[in-house]
Amino acid sequence: MTAMGDVRRQRIDELAARAGQVPEGEGGVSLVRSAFRRLRRDPVAILGAVIVVVFLFVAAFAPWLAPRDPLAQTLLGQVRPGFIPGAQEGFPLGADQLGRDLLSRLVYGSRQSLLIGVVSTVLGAVVGMALGVLAGAFGGWVDTVVMRFIDIVLSIPSLLMAISISVLLGQNQYALMIAIAVTQVPVFARLLRGSMLAQRGSDYVLAAWALGVKRGRIVFGHVLPNSLSPVIVQGTLSLATAIIEAAALSFLGLGDPDIARPEWGAMLSTAQAFLSVRPALAVWPAVCIIVVALGFTLLGESLREALDPKFRR
Amino acid sequence: MSIEALPPEGALRTDVPVLEVEDLSVTFARRGEQPTRAVDGVSFSVAAGETIGLVGESGCGKSVTSLAVMGLLPRRGVQVGGSVRLGGTELLGAPDRTLRRLRGSEMAMVFQDPLSSLNPTVPIGTQVTEVLVEHRDMGKKEAAAEAAELLDRVGIPDPARRLKEYPHQLSGGMRQRALIAMALACSPRLLIADEPTTALDVTIQAQILELLRELVVDTGTALVMITHDLGVVAGLCDRVHVMYAGKVIETADRYDLFARPRQPYTGGLLASVPRLDAGRGVPLTPIRGSARDAIPWAEGCAFAPRCDNAQDDCLTEVAGSTVPLEYDGPGRELRCRHPLTYPSSPVGATASGAGR
Repeated sequence: MTAMGDVRRQRIDELAARAGQVPEGEGGVSLVRSAFRRLRRDPVAILGAVIVVVFLFVAAFAPWLAPRDPLAQTLLGQVRPGFIPGAQEGFPLGADQLGRDLLSRLVYGSRQSLLIGVVSTVLGAVVGMALGVLAGAFGGWVDTVVMRFIDIVLSIPSLLMAISISVLLGQNQYALMIAIAVTQVPVFARLLRGSMLAQRGSDYVLAAWALGVKRGRIVFGHVLPNSLSPVIVQGTLSLATAIIEAAALSFLGLGDPDIARPEWGAMLSTAQAFLSVRPALAVWPAVCIIVVALGFTLLGESLREALDPKFRR
Repeated sequence: MSIEALPPEGALRTDVPVLEVEDLSVTFARRGEQPTRAVDGVSFSVAAGETIGLVGESGCGKSVTSLAVMGLLPRRGVQVGGSVRLGGTELLGAPDRTLRRLRGSEMAMVFQDPLSSLNPTVPIGTQVTEVLVEHRDMGKKEAAAEAAELLDRVGIPDPARRLKEYPHQLSGGMRQRALIAMALACSPRLLIADEPTTALDVTIQAQILELLRELVVDTGTALVMITHDLGVVAGLCDRVHVMYAGKVIETADRYDLFARPRQPYTGGLLASVPRLDAGRGVPLTPIRGSARDAIPWAEGCAFAPRCDNAQDDCLTEVAGSTVPLEYDGPGRELRCRHPLTYPSSPVGATASGAGR
């Protein structure tokens, strides 16, 4: 009896010692890692990632990359009624209606656009996921209450909702972020709830119940991690939407009133008065918005494929 | 609802069978629909170190029986009646806390599909240690060492490495071994295996069955094998309960059952097994129809529409009762009015309900 115990103890120690020797990160290939591997081989994902990284880089290093001060009205002297100076020495994209360097304004504008996009998406995702977990984990009346609330939010057109919120909260950039975040909440909540409900009936959840695992641990250790991939994908796609929505709100004059922070949507908005004089003033910010949104969308779509368990090996 | 206080932990008795199921019935009732009785008056018991088999076609209620025993059926729309006692402790109607404490520690279950029964997003190790942390109050390090030992015990080579791997990196057999390791982590007194080999190929099946047999012998665990595979029954089970349409229709010793099946359904199951010595070109002899042809037990024998021995009295109530489960010789019970008879067993022919 003791001998048996000793032998077993010894075996445990031996195995424990070996467990310590397995180098960290070797042996296991997680879902995330295998998805990343597949992303690296996907040209669409690479294109999306390059676009996103380039814009993030520009936004981060705007003061160093911008050729001029985006607020300095250097070329104001050349502006005449019916004429806005075009490209010239030192001004590759020309100037805007107040004689400021367009390229520098675009470079600085990336900061504000991306910041609003990222902050509002993160905010929307966090709140939406919290509601989704609540509904998906408890079900029953909690689910009903949360989902009806979401339905109410969804029944209001998102732009109208955003406009009402920014009117309510006053005109500043935080109001803008919150307004966009609120419109993102229902998408995340619904997605996570649906995905959790699907996982709740799965075999491994039943197996976990059969092993006496606590509810909290089942929800956060088993159901949630398996429900996240559609949410991650939606996150990237929502970034694109948020940037477009931010531009739309700025265009409507509900954006950041601080003229010291150029923003693509606001630039687009002011440019419409000068469309016949210099259409480039509208074209360039529009191109920036489209390309950034495209980058995030491409990345999101390939992420969706990469995270799909059906493609796993 | 008042629930009697349960004896303190560890107070499961050892002087009674590990599991006693009495007159278990499970009814699925949905609003606006006819309720369906999936399990109807099922009784059996398992002693420590014993293996019993619940055998039947898909849809006969074997899996629902096991889920009812484990208390894993949803509360809403399901009515469970009868009695399920684990070491003398009544489980039906026991509070969730008590059930959760017992699940994984005193009773555990191995499921059919090892891939879908493992969480794809966490390493195997996390899932094995989870049970140990939950029920045995182990620290993380201690649990990891114990988990490696468990994997070693169920025959997974290089367990320390495997613990860090994810389910999709393991072979089917290894996944099932890992699941068995999880189920055995706390040395439960009862293990329910719900078709544990169905999703595995034949060579692996044999290994897994051998593993289960060893574990039963070594630890004295009571094992309930749920299967439609008579080969599994032949290799593993001491006693067999054949189920049809939610009821037990025949109970017998493994040897008795294979030598002299009495219920025509059991006979049909045995006859439909392909035989190596049958010669080429001899067609299999399947049971006519499908389990969907069953009639409600209230109207007679559910198997009658498919049965070759069926006569008029199988389909009518006799003396206010449908076909009852009756004594059919030592260690045998039978639910049939016209069972198969054998010239070598004169007792069986008269002791059954044939003469009624």
